[in-house]
Amino acid sequence: MEVRNLVKHFPISRGILIKHNVGAVKAVDDISFQIEQGETLGIVGETGCGKSTTARLMMRLLEATSGEILFEGDDITRLKGAQLKAIRREVQMIFQDPYSSLNPRKTIGSIIAEPFAIHKLLTGKGERKRAVQELMETVGLNPEHYNRYPHEFSGGQRQRIGVARALALKPKLLIADEPVSALDVSIQAQVLNLLRDLQRQLGLTVVFIAHDQSVVRHMCDRVAVMYLGKIVEIGPGDALYSTPSHPYTGALLAAVPVADPSHHGQDRRLLSGDVPSPANPPSACRFHTRCPKAQPLCSTDEPALEDKGSGTLAACHFPLTREELALIGVRSGG
Amino acid sequence: MSGYIVRRLLWGLLLLVIVCALTFIIFRVIPTGNPALRRAGRDPQPKEIKEIERVLGLGKPLPVQFWEYIKGIVLHFNLGYSYYSDAPVKSLISERLPATFSLMVGAAAMWLIGGLSVGIVSALKQRSIFDRGAMGTALALISAPEFWLGLVLLFLFSSDIGKFKIFPGAGSYVGITSDPWKWFTSLLMPWFVLASGSAAIYARLMRGSLIETMSEDYIRTARAKGLPERSVVRQGVRAAINPIVTLFGLEVGVLLGGAIIVEDVFNIPGIGRLSYQAIVSSDFSVVQGTVLVAAMFIIVANIVVDIVYAYLDPRVRYS
Amino acid sequence: MSAAEPLLRVEDLRVEFPSEDGVVHAVDGVSYDVYDGRTLGIVGESGSGKTVSSLTTLGLTRRQGARISGRIMFEGRDLVALPEDQLRGIRGNDIAMIFQDPLSSLHPLYRVGKQLIEAVRVHRDVSKAQARERAVELLGLVGIPDPATRVDQYPHEFSGGMRQRVMIAMALANEPKLLIADEPTTALDVTVQAQILALLERLQRELGMAIVVITHDLGVVAEMADDIAVMYAGRIVEKTSADLLFSKPEHPYTWGLLQSIPTLTGSREEPLIPISGTPPSLINPPSGCHFHPRCPYAEPEHAIVDPQLEQLADQPSHGVACLLEVDVRRRLWSEMRSGSTPQEALAEVKDDGPDAADGGAGS
Repeated sequence: MEVRNLVKHFPISRGILIKHNVGAVKAVDDISFQIEQGETLGIVGETGCGKSTTARLMMRLLEATSGEILFEGDDITRLKGAQLKAIRREVQMIFQDPYSSLNPRKTIGSIIAEPFAIHKLLTGKGERKRAVQELMETVGLNPEHYNRYPHEFSGGQRQRIGVARALALKPKLLIADEPVSALDVSIQAQVLNLLRDLQRQLGLTVVFIAHDQSVVRHMCDRVAVMYLGKIVEIGPGDALYSTPSHPYTGALLAAVPVADPSHHGQDRRLLSGDVPSPANPPSACRFHTRCPKAQPLCSTDEPALEDKGSGTLAACHFPLTREELALIGVRSGG
Repeated sequence: MSGYIVRRLLWGLLLLVIVCALTFIIFRVIPTGNPALRRAGRDPQPKEIKEIERVLGLGKPLPVQFWEYIKGIVLHFNLGYSYYSDAPVKSLISERLPATFSLMVGAAAMWLIGGLSVGIVSALKQRSIFDRGAMGTALALISAPEFWLGLVLLFLFSSDIGKFKIFPGAGSYVGITSDPWKWFTSLLMPWFVLASGSAAIYARLMRGSLIETMSEDYIRTARAKGLPERSVVRQGVRAAINPIVTLFGLEVGVLLGGAIIVEDVFNIPGIGRLSYQAIVSSDFSVVQGTVLVAAMFIIVANIVVDIVYAYLDPRVRYS
Repeated sequence: MSAAEPLLRVEDLRVEFPSEDGVVHAVDGVSYDVYDGRTLGIVGESGSGKTVSSLTTLGLTRRQGARISGRIMFEGRDLVALPEDQLRGIRGNDIAMIFQDPLSSLHPLYRVGKQLIEAVRVHRDVSKAQARERAVELLGLVGIPDPATRVDQYPHEFSGGMRQRVMIAMALANEPKLLIADEPTTALDVTVQAQILALLERLQRELGMAIVVITHDLGVVAEMADDIAVMYAGRIVEKTSADLLFSKPEHPYTWGLLQSIPTLTGSREEPLIPISGTPPSLINPPSGCHFHPRCPYAEPEHAIVDPQLEQLADQPSHGVACLLEVDVRRRLWSEMRSGSTPQEALAEVKDDGPDAADGGAGS
């Protein structure tokens, strides 16, 4: 899939009697990236960075304000009707909350079979049931539980049901929107391993959206870091996690608490303040209000996403040097 | 906040204009036949009909008629003339306004105080005998039609025909200025009848809202701060009231409708009774006038509710 | 571990809740100590009982019909037996608590200043003006810019991180000796989380208070805690200093947690080693050792015998509740450190036969 200059603005309206647009929440503000077949791309960022909106744009659950989304070379940005439905067979999504993303009134058999029903596939007698049970086995569920209801399953199992449903149509692209954030730690590993195994077995291309850096690092080949609707850095996981160029990436990595008390007490430079509102983002480089390296140039000239020599593309006028990495406390093994 | 208020007031104004237009259409344009004839009363003389036609401006084009209609309302409160009762509608209504006002305000007070307090106690003592009893009674009261309830109460308690002669009977209403005590006692049963349905609904709603509120995280925080339980409950009630406030505007409309029946059962000379009699005797002008007044009253009540709600919930003001 | 008297001592706490489906055994015999100026981290997943044990410390589970047994000693008084009005005098005063979601934990319809003032005036006899001054002071203490203006704002006018600071300010209003923080950063972005944790550490240094941090995040306890208790299904399975927990973990559940979380520094190629199975029901917890259905090294008798928290002979401050022999455990762990899976490690250890294990384990 390729995304070019994708923009999504949510208009804000004000007015005494007649509402007029006074501005917009610039959720996604001109991003471009590619996803190669078979790779796992991670998109990370904090609240308001636009990663969930990007996922929904790629799924065509939202209409882009402008820009293009290309899938296998074809522009799918403005598709409607039957053509859009055809794309849905290729691009599927796993959602964050396993407790609210499954219809509580349907058996899990019918939930997993729903994609077949919608696209009128496998209409032969018992074909659907067989396919569903196969899917259930693939994701590690007992096929005999076909007729049970979601509330009879735990969070981790429900997430597996979601995965089974997403895989029913053998999609080419799977978008996982925070698939493990709502799960207990001991279950997260189960679901993450499942996703990794499935990706290898089925040759899936996966977009993995999360706020947890460690999870993304583990699961993804390439990672894009978003901040206030822009991609600030994108590159292979090894490079991004060992030698990030963008100060925001550095700050994110430095902020992650490490499960090793011997690190405690090591100096970390923490980011101050809060994320600005996406309705009123800072000018030029969005990060300049919180960036420890900001110079006057940063508030006038928006930096382009370019190779800064450390293996990743970063949008920064003054990328991090190796000395600075240690100073701000980035500690990772690449 | 002031932007919010201005917006609400402007909307209200627009609504009032629309209401005037609707009453105009309903009462002058839609009915077949000569509007003058409909208003003319019993055995009209042709001369009278001509006079009414002239007053109504029937010869002129509709938009002009409407404009004069609105002008009359806005500038003179001219709501028409009732040929049945031989008096301007305006004076008919204003004579009866105090009675209805007394009835409505008292009923609203009884409904709010009674409904909310019963609801609060029920929520705090969930599943107790009080709770089950109160909610059962509430269900009965919601189901009971006003005329039935009114008649039953008269039959039981009124001083003239009742079994236990406690309250003054029907027809004993007097203005507050002439005899305050009699005014008060004569309205107790009507207030109860009018308020009971709404009070019961409010009790149930308050109970549900408070139960939900008391399980919220901020109540846990309040307790963790060491606040005494009554302060904690007060915080809960404060939050529980919000969802219910907006309903008040709707319930006022119901109350107005109920007033018509209650005034008739208890023989209270109010606007409700006036409109009932006007409907029965086909006195078009009066019906039109009372509909307009009622609609305006409800619009104003809802605007007030909206503003009060914004005051109670600061989060609303910024939208 | 300090030799001084603990500030808070929890002794054999048990908490049960009646429910429609049966009795929920939320806390099943838990004991721990909290010392002045030190931070205890309680780690566990949902259903481990970590939150319930802290809520019970402040008596906040009484209303839900909880059946509580055991003792919680604080300044010579048993909080479990303390009458409600006396316990209320301690809440928000000597012991304060902050919760996970600052948006829902602050009253949405009252100004922040009012909520702070209330926290002060319920325990101190001061005027409104004095309380307001204190409120502004507290907001400044927790790092909220322009506190004199912001004190009159509503909670929804603050961002997530700021709201948590407000909650912390409210908890500190009366300079508590103990602060209990229940998942204080779980709902926050990671950069904000780092700020809040740094704030808590600074406040602890300045005010000398003890902190109990409840979380599921091992990274957070590694940052914050001096001592850590790991809870599973209502019981403490391991309890020791933070250093020892991460360098010499002894309980299979702790190993499971450490091995199943991805880190920024570990290998990216190796798959995570999850803990198999699902979290247990607290209404019908597994018999014997609660962890045995999910433990790769469980023996049949582990389903019958209840493990007790026992101090290790060579690390007296390190308590473990596990029925496996110490030597066997350590060999298992060293096998896994060098890259074996649990199954491989178990096979290795069993292979080495009786001279490696002293009865009990291995057949």
